[in-house]
Amino acid sequence: MDFLIFKAPMLMVQASLDGILLGILFALIAYGMALQWGVMNIINIAQGDLVILGGYIAYTMYLAGIHPAWGVIVSPIIMYFVGWALYKLVINKVVDRDLFISILATFGIAIVFQQLMNFIFGADVVVAQSEYGTTMLFDNSVTLPNSKIFSAFISLVYAIALVVYMKKSRLGRAIRATAQNARAAKILGVDTEKVYAATFGINAALCGIAGALISITLTLHPYVGLPYTVRSFMIVIVAGLGNLPAVAISGMGLGLFEEFADYILGTEFRIGAVFMLLVFILVYRRFKLSKKREYLK
Amino acid sequence: MNKIAKLFITLISAITLTIATISSSFAKVEGEYIVLGSAISLTGKYSSNGVHTQNGYNMAVDRINSMGGVKVGGKSYKFEIIYYDDESNPKRAAQLAERLIKQDGVHYMLGPYSSGLTKAIAPVTEKYKIPMVEANGASRSLFTKGYKYLFAVLSPANQYLEVAIDLAVEKNGGKPVKIAQAFEQDAFSQDVRLGILDAAKRTGSTIIIDDKLPKELNDMAATLAKVKATKPDVLVVSGHTKGALTAIRQISEMKVDVPMLAMTHCDAAKLSKQHGKKSEYALCASQWHKNLSYKDKFFGGGKKYDKDFKKEFGYAPPYQSAESSAALLVFKDAFERANSFDRDKVRDALKATDMQTFYGNIKFGPGGQNVAKPMILFQVRCKGDTCENKVVAPTKWASDKFFHPIPKWSERG
Repeated sequence: MDFLIFKAPMLMVQASLDGILLGILFALIAYGMALQWGVMNIINIAQGDLVILGGYIAYTMYLAGIHPAWGVIVSPIIMYFVGWALYKLVINKVVDRDLFISILATFGIAIVFQQLMNFIFGADVVVAQSEYGTTMLFDNSVTLPNSKIFSAFISLVYAIALVVYMKKSRLGRAIRATAQNARAAKILGVDTEKVYAATFGINAALCGIAGALISITLTLHPYVGLPYTVRSFMIVIVAGLGNLPAVAISGMGLGLFEEFADYILGTEFRIGAVFMLLVFILVYRRFKLSKKREYLK
Repeated sequence: MNKIAKLFITLISAITLTIATISSSFAKVEGEYIVLGSAISLTGKYSSNGVHTQNGYNMAVDRINSMGGVKVGGKSYKFEIIYYDDESNPKRAAQLAERLIKQDGVHYMLGPYSSGLTKAIAPVTEKYKIPMVEANGASRSLFTKGYKYLFAVLSPANQYLEVAIDLAVEKNGGKPVKIAQAFEQDAFSQDVRLGILDAAKRTGSTIIIDDKLPKELNDMAATLAKVKATKPDVLVVSGHTKGALTAIRQISEMKVDVPMLAMTHCDAAKLSKQHGKKSEYALCASQWHKNLSYKDKFFGGGKKYDKDFKKEFGYAPPYQSAESSAALLVFKDAFERANSFDRDKVRDALKATDMQTFYGNIKFGPGGQNVAKPMILFQVRCKGDTCENKVVAPTKWASDKFFHPIPKWSERG
């Protein structure tokens, strides 16, 4: 075994922590996707572009001299209304149509958003500076950017807040009821139209938070939204809908898997490995399902 | 009657068509204008560099036109450019090139922005035997296909960071060095990588990390952790602006100590502005810098170009603009030497180009690449909070001394 990672145990620690910290952030985006997928049966291709837009909101604040970390409060508020407006303008027309139509519609939204962001913010890659410094562990051999720790912490706080909100609040219960059976919820007096708009808004707000965090941990560019969509899609596929702990675990798991794939297979296979894993999981699930079906026969 | 009417219509359309084709075949030179065509990225992901390119072209057109234009056959002509927006999309760029040539009758082309788009257009201009002078496609593969009508004023991608390895070896007392490298998986960055491989072979240096970053990746933490563990003498990174910004962010956050850091796209990424002091000591490859002492009679020297460009467009010219302006100087020179608008004569004149512009010396090699101009390296240096790019290599143009090795993060304020 001539792998660097097995020679240097500290690398293993570094890789694990990097993977987990980033994974939590991805899980937040994925949770938004799972939520609206579960409630509205819409796969939102524009998910990543909402994230990037949220990031640009934080970046704009940074340019105005405000610390970009405040973006985790401002960005979701603005993004909630963006999501809400998006629902009223486009999504409400496709919400009860088949999945393919909604994929097309959100794909269109993604393109419009990319061009708009390009138009407003320019095509340059930008970063916001948090100046949070670095935490060093084990005699400086493991370094963790505080911005990553901050982003994982904020993601967790928001995720927990959301779970509580979904369990306790009136709207949260209405959302869950609609997800279970929209028609029954409607008969029982739930204004599903309102629930849908709120769900889409909440999803956009989650994207806004993630975007603000990405502006201080990674980089922003109008056209880098798609990888975030794909990754959250993958996390949701692995975790299933409407199960937050599973989403968090699968987010972290994918983050870890990716880091280790980097060390063992090579950086060029990093993203390829994640896709292979997805294929494997889908095949495995099918296999399990087909077994169940036989049993039912 | 009906038949006669049909015949009449056919006849008229035939005549109109013929006239249309005839007039378009003269469109290369309309009255006193020499019409050039260019598909350029005004929207999409390359739009900022596309605009830099267009500004460079326009600046040169205005300058040449106001200074007497192009003299062919005793008559003075002016340049005019037809632009189409290629939306940063290679397929669209190829379509537009076809449209420029077939519908607009353009006989001379200027290149688009980026290697990828130039690669999409080159087969089209080659097919119609249209001479194209391009200023923004550096990928080595453009110059190995045997294209006869493609001329590039810039140095090919594999030369970008070769100098950096030589410099590292020099600083190591002439002994081979250990190289760690991370390159994005795209045509340009991989060509830069090939250049490093050549340089490593030449100097006997070893490559201890050779990461290829997927295009979607915006996190280099794993690569940098490896760098930390293996302690190379030089770290080379190339992944366009995203790669440069990600690298500096994570190197500073992870406190990666490496004696020398060489990159591409620092100026396009506005590295010294966006990352400030964190980017200090980074060594960057560039096609051009305003401090170089090249001269021509249209723009004077680099400093004057810088000043004039700022006055006209309100920002300092990146090298993408400078090389684009140079492309028009090359065309002017070729037209005057060919003393004709015959495409093949112009092409032969281009082939024989040997001139100096404010941007650098230009002479085309067998593949169409510019072989007369070396790449330069600058280093980001900071005074207080303001950081600047200082030319450090090659020594002929160096305005400052190369700072080596980079101080450890624990010693940096």
